[in-house]
Amino acid sequence: MSKNILEVDNLNMHYETLEGNVMAVNNVTFSVKEGESFGLVGESGCGKSSVASTLLQLQSDNAVISSGSIKLDGKEIVGLTENELRQVRWNDISIVFQGAMNAWNPVVKIGEQIREAIREHYPEKSKKENTEKISELFKIVGLEDSIMDRYPHELSGGMKQRAVIALALSCDPKIVIADEPTTALDVVIQDQILNEIKKVQKLLGLSLIYISHDIAVIAEMTDNMAVMYAGSIVELGPTEQIFSSPKHAYTKLLLESTPSIVGEKKKLRSLDGEPPSLINKLSGCSFAPRCPDKETTCNPELDMELVEVSAGHYVDNCCSRGA
Amino acid sequence: MKIDETKEKNLQKQLRREALKKNWRLFSQSKLGMIGLGIVTVFLVLALLQPFLFFTGIWSEGIYHPVVGYDQIIESKLVVECPKEYPTPEYETFADCPGKGEVQKKMLYLAQGVEVGDYYDVYLQPAPPSRKHILGTDSLGRDVFSQIMEGSQVAFVLGLLSATLGVGISTLLGTIAAFFGGRIDAYLMRQSDLVLMLPTLPLLFIISAFAELKIWHLAVVLGILGGLGGSVITIKSQALQVKVKPFVDSARITGGSPRKIMFSHVLPNVAPLALLFMVFSVTGAIASESVLSFLGLLNIDMSWGLMIYLSQTDGFIFSGLEYWWLILPAGLSVTFLAGGFYLVGRGLDDVFNPRLRKR
Amino acid sequence: MNENVIEVKNLVKNFDVSRGFFSRNKAVVKAVDGISFNIPKGESLGLVGQSGCGKTTTARALCLLDPKTSGDVNFYNPDSDEMQNLDDLNDEQIKQFRRNTQMIFQDPYESLNPRWTIKDIILEPLNIHNIGSLENRTEAVVEILRTVGLTPPENYLPRYPHELSGGQRQRVSIARSLVMNPKFVICDEPTSMLDVSIRISIMDLMLELANDLDVSYLYITHDLAVARYMCNRIAVMFNGKIVEIAKTEDLLNNPIHPYTKRLISSIPVPDPKYTREKYDIDFTELDQIIANNTENLAMVDVGDEHFVATHDVKDLLI
Repeated sequence: MSKNILEVDNLNMHYETLEGNVMAVNNVTFSVKEGESFGLVGESGCGKSSVASTLLQLQSDNAVISSGSIKLDGKEIVGLTENELRQVRWNDISIVFQGAMNAWNPVVKIGEQIREAIREHYPEKSKKENTEKISELFKIVGLEDSIMDRYPHELSGGMKQRAVIALALSCDPKIVIADEPTTALDVVIQDQILNEIKKVQKLLGLSLIYISHDIAVIAEMTDNMAVMYAGSIVELGPTEQIFSSPKHAYTKLLLESTPSIVGEKKKLRSLDGEPPSLINKLSGCSFAPRCPDKETTCNPELDMELVEVSAGHYVDNCCSRGA
Repeated sequence: MKIDETKEKNLQKQLRREALKKNWRLFSQSKLGMIGLGIVTVFLVLALLQPFLFFTGIWSEGIYHPVVGYDQIIESKLVVECPKEYPTPEYETFADCPGKGEVQKKMLYLAQGVEVGDYYDVYLQPAPPSRKHILGTDSLGRDVFSQIMEGSQVAFVLGLLSATLGVGISTLLGTIAAFFGGRIDAYLMRQSDLVLMLPTLPLLFIISAFAELKIWHLAVVLGILGGLGGSVITIKSQALQVKVKPFVDSARITGGSPRKIMFSHVLPNVAPLALLFMVFSVTGAIASESVLSFLGLLNIDMSWGLMIYLSQTDGFIFSGLEYWWLILPAGLSVTFLAGGFYLVGRGLDDVFNPRLRKR
Repeated sequence: MNENVIEVKNLVKNFDVSRGFFSRNKAVVKAVDGISFNIPKGESLGLVGQSGCGKTTTARALCLLDPKTSGDVNFYNPDSDEMQNLDDLNDEQIKQFRRNTQMIFQDPYESLNPRWTIKDIILEPLNIHNIGSLENRTEAVVEILRTVGLTPPENYLPRYPHELSGGQRQRVSIARSLVMNPKFVICDEPTSMLDVSIRISIMDLMLELANDLDVSYLYITHDLAVARYMCNRIAVMFNGKIVEIAKTEDLLNNPIHPYTKRLISSIPVPDPKYTREKYDIDFTELDQIIANNTENLAMVDVGDEHFVATHDVKDLLI
């Protein structure tokens, strides 16, 4: 029985703005086991990137965690001081950002930038040790050693992304968050990078949180997944289960709105309107205004809460009633 | 099928009002902007107050007119004769004689039959601030406060006129340069470089040596110089950014002529930046006017710079703070109003540049 | 009787890139290196390829935004009911061409002038081409707003683009493109910047309008699945050339060119139980076709309107 590397329990986070509090993360609860790949899927504004930045405690100044806990390998990280957090970041948990290819400093060589990250956490290691470590990492992600002496602009998009993965692995974290790492890449390169990530994960026994709006990628990359809408998780469970029998109206819609190149060409569904404003969000089901599947058993007034419908498979209680 | 036109009009009005409120809210977030706006408002009130006071008769023009007003302020002073050697029982050093309330006999050479020990009525010009004249009078008996107000009018007219002219020219030229490129662009950029190289103030000195500059002339000159200068380059770069946006492509595909696209698509998107420039250039205009007036190169009746010029030619400028009301109000006004406009510009920057907003 | 709405033959678009300030050598980037295709009336062609393959350049050349370097483009002129060559047009005829050829852009945030109201944005084409009276024009705007699903129209007319959502803005773009009833519309990835859950509504709208208004699309996208949803035929572009062109289902079920195979095999499928068919980069089939190509054609017909390119791409496929 493998242990939980990450346990998020009732996490609530909001941003304080001039117009009010933007309730970005509401009662988010999930856990990731050792070696597991966990997917977080949702559209723009659903809160998935907020969750990512909160897990690393890297949010902007006006972000406030009002309640909840994040346990990394049993250790609580909400409420730690900045110094303590610096120990945790990159050492235990790291991240591959969206658009990470552009996160490289253009005037510093790649190798030097990765060494800098390692030095932050292991100042006692020598340059030789670090260089060897980077060489190992590069082998894992499929880059040549010579890349260490190159500047970012000399590399292609795919190579830069592999280097970013190497950077994320540089301090041997236990869990890596990948926030839409391949969105800007061509589909052929995306395929290569995704294979790379899978290989790395198996090789190092890493846990992975994969964040994307593309359910096809989530289908291929993850063991378990959560669907987010307007800051809350609406469905949670094993990936295969959710794809074969989705329970939440939004999940069903996501699955039925993605065109595919295989299978029969069928009529796809779509939503109207846009996601609700998260400012001073009220109680009740946040999806109700746009829900196309309103049945008689639905009660949109019910506060959102995950309810187990089968082993490991949770749905927000508004939709669980029809299940 | 027809639509409900009144509903459309009503919605339009409502949306405009909401947009205005939102922009105001954004502007009022900026402390600097609000301070600037406050300062500018104060001076605007001063500028408008003067004609109002005259019109309603609260002030009589004979006394309070900034150029031709005259007020006799008389103080009875004791006539004394200053000794040749110091110290004496009455005076410590030679600077103590004559003291306050005293006047030397030899200064009254025009008066007949006045002896030491008599009291003589002296016309006090310039007179220090009193209840009748809040900021006192200058050496010609004119009310200083009224002069400040007049100067305020001058500053606003000059500032806004030259700024509008300057911004109009630079926006037009910048957009043309961006849109047409090639030789037109090259020419305009070289012209802009040339004007940038010219030092404004010395140029103004030269111009005023040849021609008698009135305030309108100065406004036009400043406007043209400002319009042809560096701001053309900045506006051009902004216009270039707009030019490659998809909505401009869309207009081209639809069949719009280059001229129409330039005026109806590119210009309106460059306008906010131009407005910002306008506010900043008012600052320069006010400062330039003060310098020119101070050097006596402008042919105007009254302005802040002129006030300081007069106090200098009358020799009061070096008497320290004894005649402070001749120098400080005018000097501070220039600083505050010019600075006020600048701060308003900073505040507007927040409104027009969403990326700079803190939230 | 003309059946095509546009015929493209050997379209070439080169860009000069100067090597340096003082250098006399100018490098040439062959963005579009001789492509040919036809689009029959009422049908849509998908132009699929990865970034940098030349698809957007093709679109811009066909719209006369960036003039082509060489090649023949014949388009259907509905007023004269015949095909006209783009090079033969005088200024007046170019304006006529513009009435019939429109483009929908990718970025809903930058493709509408932020300082114009929705009403003015959609009115502009009608004003430029002086179509109908002023009253008629406003009515036409109202009609098209209804057609694209922005109802009630009076709620949208006085608004500015920033007050609308991405999906609504894209509907405005569609309305503006279709208000003059063009016969040919180029769509440059119109849904890639929209939320996944609303993409289908926009695509369905476009399909419906194509049917009702008899419009043909050249649909540019990097996503084969979207091309499948929207188009009758698909052309795959790589490095400025079309490597394969065929009817949609035929292309997906029987890809011949190695690049097409590679593209198909890279696309993730939204089904956790599905294992993708892994195509190896195998040139034997292509080599066979090239060997049988006695006439030395650039594109070889392998039957049922399925064409494969015979250019040498071995070095380019890593």
